[in-house]
Amino acid sequence: MSEEKTYVEDIDRSIYDFRYEENDAYKVEEGLTEDIVRQISSEKDDPEWMRDFRLHSLEVFNNTQMVDWGPDIAGLDMANIVTYVRPNTDRMHADWEEVPTDIKETFERLGIPQAERESLAGVGAQYDSELVYHNVKDEVAAQGVIYTDLESALHTEHAKMIREHFMKLVPPTDHKFAALHGAVWSGGSFVYVPPGVSVEIPLQSYFRLNAPGAGQFEHTLIIVDKGAYLHFIEGCSAPKYNVANLHAGCVELYVGEDATLRYSTIENWSKNMYNLNTKRAKVEKGGKVEWISGSFGSHVSYLYPMSVLAGEGARAEFTSVTFAGKGQNLDTGTKVVHSAPKTSSYINTRSISKDGGISTFRSSVVVANAAKESKSAVSCQSLMLDDISRSDTIPAMDIRTADADVGHEAKIGRISDDVVFYLMSRGLSEEDARALIVSGFADNVGKELPLEYAVEMNNLIRLEMKGSIG
Amino acid sequence: MAKEILQVKNLQVQVEEKEILHGLDLSVGEGEVHVIMGPNGAGKSTLGSSLMGDPRYEITGGEIIFQGENITGEATDKIAKKGMFLSFQNPIEVPGISLSNFIRSSLEQKTGKHIRVWDFKKNLEKTMEILAMDTSYAERDLNVGFSGGEKKKAEILQLLMLAPALAILDETDSGLDVDAVRTVSKGIEEYKKSVGGALMIITHSTKILEALSVDRVHILVEGRIVKEGGEELIADINENGFEKYL
Repeated sequence: MSEEKTYVEDIDRSIYDFRYEENDAYKVEEGLTEDIVRQISSEKDDPEWMRDFRLHSLEVFNNTQMVDWGPDIAGLDMANIVTYVRPNTDRMHADWEEVPTDIKETFERLGIPQAERESLAGVGAQYDSELVYHNVKDEVAAQGVIYTDLESALHTEHAKMIREHFMKLVPPTDHKFAALHGAVWSGGSFVYVPPGVSVEIPLQSYFRLNAPGAGQFEHTLIIVDKGAYLHFIEGCSAPKYNVANLHAGCVELYVGEDATLRYSTIENWSKNMYNLNTKRAKVEKGGKVEWISGSFGSHVSYLYPMSVLAGEGARAEFTSVTFAGKGQNLDTGTKVVHSAPKTSSYINTRSISKDGGISTFRSSVVVANAAKESKSAVSCQSLMLDDISRSDTIPAMDIRTADADVGHEAKIGRISDDVVFYLMSRGLSEEDARALIVSGFADNVGKELPLEYAVEMNNLIRLEMKGSIG
Repeated sequence: MAKEILQVKNLQVQVEEKEILHGLDLSVGEGEVHVIMGPNGAGKSTLGSSLMGDPRYEITGGEIIFQGENITGEATDKIAKKGMFLSFQNPIEVPGISLSNFIRSSLEQKTGKHIRVWDFKKNLEKTMEILAMDTSYAERDLNVGFSGGEKKKAEILQLLMLAPALAILDETDSGLDVDAVRTVSKGIEEYKKSVGGALMIITHSTKILEALSVDRVHILVEGRIVKEGGEELIADINENGFEKYL
């Protein structure tokens, strides 16, 4: 693989960049073969259907063309990627004290156990390919909420529900990396919220990829039943290596009638990561999905969470911010399919590019003939912080009924000298003034996040803006 | 004259290769009230922006001594920290930053100390009351969607909270109705009373000056000070305009 392709200058990410010696108990060979897929399957004690599913996915992977329409991913060579790394713990724990010290310290430094104590209803923590910790508060479990890892759930009474939903929204045939995911997926979460249950405080999963040259392929399956409410938060980070790492996770969200699911992500992968993630939600009658998404890390990202509005009056909101710095090519956006009457979608995105970073926004809004009286509003704003950075907006709309209200607005701009001078005239340094302006620009996401995550996001912006004054 | 807080010596300023100020001299003593008057396009706003170190205005000659230090060419934030404040003629809208957070960040920068939210809030609300500002403005995005009058009140609010040693008010009264001018004047009096700082009031009308005792008036025409005098100059300008100085 090409080293210079993945080497990028980096900001001081020391709070994320610490790493521990690889101390894994088991990992498969590099590359992807039937033998490797069978090894992973037997490691996991898959039921037969899942093993067959993996093998079928591998076949699809081998017969599918590499994507060729987005950012360059030539630096990613599957022959060099280790698809399964089991950390040195034999099982998942429900008590941090039982988690091996190096792994526990990793999550301590990321502030996960503290956040769990203070503001979360449940936490799952994945280290490389496996969940090492999973716990949900008693009162939430007492409401009948299930929050566990997928593998063990496959051996319980939930197996049938999982089989009915697993990779049905994102089939392996969707694209090459969906097929890859189907073959080697490992870890992730399974959440079920029963009808009418409102989970008052958020659940969170945190994904940490520690091993160099490895891939992380977690699967998140969330089912929110009729009239229920859930806020799920996903966080991810990795230390930086000078070899390519790959993240090809998959998120499938099923939002029942009149149910609401808010799905928040702050992604801060290291800048050697290829983040080829697929997220999709299906929303029934009167239900609502709210995506809140902050993309800061990775070398290359392809990320377009999709909402299928399947029932009358279903709604989707997509609020995101993408920050592409030096050496980053972040291709993000969203897709909405309106397939029932009176559905509505609201898309509000901000992208920032700096130091030669490339930020591309793609959206696709499809309004089917059946989606009478549907509404969609798309607003995307880009901020370029210098002359060498790039920002592209590629909105697509496919409207099959005359009876729809669809709007699109795009703005591309720069930080004006007026604003910087105004803020500096009150004593803020130029760096602080610019960071404040960029934080303000990203406030569409900031104000939707729980306070501590908004603070983390603003810290990330501050880090990215450090040393940006020439 | 009181000890000088500001001395401008032979200041020459150009914007995009065009000279606007052609060698301007001016002195302001501590706690004094100075008025800069002049017709449109005389260079009044250029003077305010140049003193504050706006990088779009190039100082090609002369020097600015503030609080005994030469600040010619100094960065704007450094000048602000030394105690200069500019109230903008057209305050800028900044989305995503609340008025309250902005003032608190500025204060923290200025004092180098962390400011407790609770104490700050109380102080801010008290000050907003003086300016008859609805406290809901504190949590609104800085100047975004504010009326002209509210923007100017927000400037005076920043003035009172930051308590600088020298306040330059650039056309703070322009575009305001009678009530708003009265409120802003009240804010300026409060600044004189509680902070005791010096004022440089840039204006081409005199409404805002009625309640203030003015120490010195400077008439600026075509980039030069053409006349200086006491309060009596204001009445003269009111009656005869700038014609005889053109």
